[in-house]
Parts: sequence; C-alpha cells; structure tokens
Amino acid sequence: MNTFLDQFFFGYYPYVAMTIFIVGSALRYDRDQYTWKADSSQLLRKKGMLWGSNLFHIGIILLFFGHFVGLLTPEWVYHPFMSAGTKQIIAMTAGSIFGTMCLVGMLILLNRRLFDKRIRKTSKFSDTFILIYLFAQLLLGLLTVPYSAQHLDGSSMIALANWAQYITSFRMGATNFIVSEAWVFKLHLVLGMTLFAIFPFTRLVHIWSVPVQYLTRTNYQIVRRR
Amino acid sequence: MRIRAQIGMVLNLDKCIGCHTCSVTCKNIWTSRQGVEYAWFNNVETKPGIGYPVDWENQDKWNGGWVSKNGKLQPKIGGKFRLLAKIFANPDLPEIDDYYEPFTFNYAHLQNAPEMTTPPVARPHSMITGEVMEKPEWGPNWEEILGGEFKKRSKDYNFKTIEKEIYGQFENTFMMYLPRLCEHCLNPSCVAACPSGAIYKREEDGIVLIDQDKCRGWRMCVSACPYKKIYYNWQSGKSEKCTFCYPRIESGEPTICSETCVGRIRSLGVILYDADKIEEMANMSDEKDLYEAQLKIFLDPNNKYIQAEAKKNGIPDSWMEAAQNSPVYKMAIDWKVAFPLHPEYRTLPMVWYIPPLSPIQNAIEKGVINNRGPIPNVEELRIPIRYLANMLTAGDDKPIIFALKRMIAMRNFMRAKRVDNVILTEVLDEVGLTEDMVDDMYRTMALAAYEDRFVIPTNHKEYAGETPFDNEIAFDTRSSCGFSFGNGCSEGSTTATLFGGKTHSNTMNGNIP
Repeated sequence: MNTFLDQFFFGYYPYVAMTIFIVGSALRYDRDQYTWKADSSQLLRKKGMLWGSNLFHIGIILLFFGHFVGLLTPEWVYHPFMSAGTKQIIAMTAGSIFGTMCLVGMLILLNRRLFDKRIRKTSKFSDTFILIYLFAQLLLGLLTVPYSAQHLDGSSMIALANWAQYITSFRMGATNFIVSEAWVFKLHLVLGMTLFAIFPFTRLVHIWSVPVQYLTRTNYQIVRRR
Repeated sequence: MRIRAQIGMVLNLDKCIGCHTCSVTCKNIWTSRQGVEYAWFNNVETKPGIGYPVDWENQDKWNGGWVSKNGKLQPKIGGKFRLLAKIFANPDLPEIDDYYEPFTFNYAHLQNAPEMTTPPVARPHSMITGEVMEKPEWGPNWEEILGGEFKKRSKDYNFKTIEKEIYGQFENTFMMYLPRLCEHCLNPSCVAACPSGAIYKREEDGIVLIDQDKCRGWRMCVSACPYKKIYYNWQSGKSEKCTFCYPRIESGEPTICSETCVGRIRSLGVILYDADKIEEMANMSDEKDLYEAQLKIFLDPNNKYIQAEAKKNGIPDSWMEAAQNSPVYKMAIDWKVAFPLHPEYRTLPMVWYIPPLSPIQNAIEKGVINNRGPIPNVEELRIPIRYLANMLTAGDDKPIIFALKRMIAMRNFMRAKRVDNVILTEVLDEVGLTEDMVDDMYRTMALAAYEDRFVIPTNHKEYAGETPFDNEIAFDTRSSCGFSFGNGCSEGSTTATLFGGKTHSNTMNGNIP
C-alpha cells in the first residue's frame, strides 16, 4: 500500500498537478481575464497591510526562489564551490530567516482576514482558504528545519533535489529518492504540489502577472489607436 | 507636429446651482453596482471645503500628479522602481473611510416593526458588512452648502496662501460649487503609473479608459491621479473611472452629466492639440507658467496650415468643422474665460472651469456697485481672487481677474443693450472685446442652447480600417454584445463559476447586504 501511495504522490501526482497548473492558468487567462487580478483588500482596511503584506510577500518570494534554486541546481554545478553539507546549512539558515519573515507577515494577514469584519465579510472562500493553506504549508516547511538538523551531511537534501530534477526532466525512478524520507518532507511536498493544482482557481494567478515589463516600458504614456 | 483631437468640457461655475443632477444621473448609469457604491465618477463639492475623498487636493498627503525633478517629469509617487516597491502595500492609497463607508437605511423596518411605544426608526447599515452604523461620518457632498464648522473646512488646500481667518466670520463668508469628474488629461499620471499598462488614452478623442480585462488591480492609478477620480472596485478587484460616456460621445451625444445639467453649465467640444509639445509644456519650472504653457499646446482650427496638417494626421473633416465651432475652444483659448483645475499637478487637465462671479462686498454701504467706471473692481468680489487662482491657475491672479472682468463686461454690455437700448462699447474696449465676440459669448455662455453647448462629431469607426468605409470594421461590432463583465460575450448567467467569484451585483435595491 505504501509503495502505491509513494508511487502515486511522488511519481504521477507531480505531473497531474503541473498539468492542472498550466492548462488551468491558460484557460482562465483565455476565458476569464476579468477575474485575473491581485484582488487587494487594502482599500477596505489599511491597518496591517504595511507590515503584514510586505513581510509576507517578500518572505514568500525569497522562499520560492530558495526552493527553486535549491531543488533544481544539479550537484555538479555547486560542488566545486561548496560541499552538500555547507549547502544544507545555507538552505536551513536562509529558510529559517525568510520563513520567519513570512510567518510574521502571514499572522498579521490571517488576523486581518479572519477577525476584521469588513475583510471577513468581503472574502471569497478561496481567499481565506488559500491563506490558511499557505500558513499550514509554511509551518510544515519550518518544521523540516529541526528534522534536517538531525543529519547535516546533506544526504536528505540531495535526495529531494534529485527527485525534483528527475521529475522536471521526465526521468523514470524519481520515487526511489523519496520513499525513505521523513514524513514532514513528504507531507510538505504533497501540499506543495497541491498548491500548484489549486493555483488557477485562486487569486494566486496574479503571480503570473508580475509587472516586470513596466520597468522596460520606454514611454510613460500609452495611446491606443482606433 | 503630431495633431490629435480631444473632446474637452467646460463647466461654467457662474451658473452651477449645486443640484447634483449630474452626480445622480451618472451614478444611475455607471456606479450602481456592488464594489463601487462609494464611487462617484461625478460629484459636486461645496467650496471652501476639503472635499471627497478628504483633502484630495493636498498632494503632500496623497502624492498624486507629477513633479519636475532635475528637469525631468516624474510621477509624484515615485519613479518606476519606487512605484513597484509599493506594490504589496501602497502607503499612498486612501482607505474607503476617506471617501465614506457606503450605507443604506433599513427602510423595511418602518413597515415591519412590531408595535412599540416609540415610532420605528430606519437606521443606517453599512453596505460592506451589513451591520448597523452608529453614524455616517463622510460622503461625496458632506460639506454641502458650507455644512460643518469653518475650522474643518478651512483646511481647504486653496486657502494655502491666504489669511483665511476673516472668511470664517459670517459677514465675510463665501461659497461656490465645484462639480468634479475625470479630467481626461493630456498628460495623465494614472496612465503613467499603471504597472500593467491597462490604462490608455484614445488617440481619436482623448478619452482615458481602463481596460478592465488587462487591469490586475495593482491600484497605483488610484494614488497617482491627483484628482482622486480613479476608484478601486473592491468587489471586482479592478479600478474603474469616468468613461466620459464614450458610447454616447461616439454617436455624437453629450455625456449624461452634461445632457442632464439643469443649469446648462456644461459645454462639450473638440480641441486640436500638438502631442509633441506635451512633455515640454508640462515641465515648466515655475508652476505659475503652467496655465499659459498648456494653452500653447492647442492649435487654431481656423488656421489654413493647421487644417492641412490635421488632414495629413488623419483628422476627419467633420472633426475639423466641429473644432472650428467648438464652444470649448472659444471659452478656454479664444476668450480665456475658462481654466484648467489645478494646473500645478502637471497632468494638463481637459475639463475647464469658468470661475464664478460673486456679489460685491459692502455693496449696500457704497450705495452703488460700479462706482469706478463701467466695470467694478473685481478685487471687491466676495470670493477672493487668490482663492480662485489657487484652484485654477496655480496662484496667478492676472488671468482670473481678466476673465472675471470680461464676464462682468459682457453682463454690463448686454444689460445696457437689452434694458436701456444703449450700445456701451467703452465697456468692451477696457477688456479687449468686440461686439461680435460679446454676442458670441452671450450666446455660448448665457443662452447656451443645446446645439451651441454640445458640438460633438460622431466617431468615424469606418475610418479605423485600411480604407475609408472599411466594411469589416464598420459593421463588425454591429449586433455584438455591448458592456459585459468579462468572459467575452457570454451571458455569464451561471452563479457558480470555476474561476473567481461573482463579477457584479445590484446594490441599489434597498436590501441590506
């Protein structure tokens, strides 16, 4: 039974989640542009936004890039510079700092979302759900830090990175790297993949629209011809 | 020279009676949905007062408009990097309470209340939470007819260079109405601040619109607009603004606020401008030069050279003819009696205001009004010249005095002509008017017949194609859907949707949410 679950969640589910993520996003972008937005509630309540939103966003963006680089950088790329153990220490330190930033921000935002009457009343189910979901995922992520501290040789980290690299490069046998890992890592991974699957159905779609092109816009003014 | 056309508006404040018909008709058409109950694309404020949202004119507080920094124009909220740094939490965004918390009254209680010792009362309920509000504290016309104490109202930004204390005394008090809407600026700061590039100015008529599909709700435009005329729809998560009723304008009809104005104070007409001059003229180092500089951007439609150039730039002949008969061009540029609102924001606004005349101070004590020659001293008018100048010319008194003198001269001349049957040309000489001009002024500003107020050419959609009368473009939109809430022309009739929530709902039905 366990082998089946492992095979399902770490062999097949990543592809299911990625497919929903990409196809779902494309469909929503094509069909429902009017719903594609950041959905800020700052107009209704300013309090808690300056610290809460900034800490949350900066924390989570840094965490995202930390995961991205940490999981997808092949061993031979960083090996000339540092050992796997060193990389694990860096990852744990950075993860703890950014994770705490994000945690503080998220607590402020959760408090606002759940206990401010205006915000609560105007929240969609998905707004509250995604915030609680991210909160659970963040707690799990922070919980992996003490688990990692039990073995500082980087073996666990290499296994997870190998799994991610096998999955993203469509190689067979990715599951084998995961089976013997601790439950926190497994649960964190499953929740992480599910996050991609629910992404197109929530306000998270605004991430696709990070306005970087604004920085390269040559003119301030925009004029449309008929 | 890049010639473009703009439909501009002039509001003759001398005739505004503050009836709010413009605001109400506008609201009924455009903002009767949930999320924008608090938004008034058009509102009428009583001045002096701090207005809606509170203290909107004070850009030290809101950081709207542009600044000229080291010889370069830059949005006051900051350059591109600084603006994006504010994207997670925008410190310059008003909270809804700065406008007002929208509310309705529990009218049903008046009918459904059980037998009580005291008569039932309809209490206000918030349109956001549905809960009882102890008392509404602000609104789009909260200071109506000088409502509220002077101490609060005197925080009005236009008092900035004035010893204002005496205007708090009953004998010296003054007031005027200021109807406000989107200025459809030549140099809009909302467009510049939109990270998604969703806001744009239309080339053919200058109307500034927000592409509702492209808007991502980063809400920078709300802060960047110094007139606070972009509103964030808290339900749809998109920003909305005055559309200048473009479907009406395109078919040659006036905007609904203009159409329904009972005082006939609004005029609409075409102005031609040179788009190449915008940046230079918005960047004058001295704020007081900005009004004169803005006038230099406009082009004379009666000039043969301009006419030929305009044709090369694709201005249709019907638009050129409309520009020649434009009441807006006449009042703003020809006669110089209409002024842009707060030119110091450097957005080059295209809604113009004729300053109001007001009674002469101490007229009774003096016995006569015009005791200094045919035209009375405008400095004696009840509304201080400097107050109007702070509002309309960045503090330069001279153009305001000139305009008021012309308006008084027109009155004196027409009164003498109609009542006494005398032609008083010396009144006109003093302010540089001719009899023909004053006749035209009288017809445009005083009589203001419908066809003289609204000179709007229809929008030649057929010219949008490769050839004139391009069938595909001209007839493509025929019988297709008009306004929809996304999802193309779909009816959107299902209440459950896979992506996002409901897009809109009626909140003008008297039900408490």
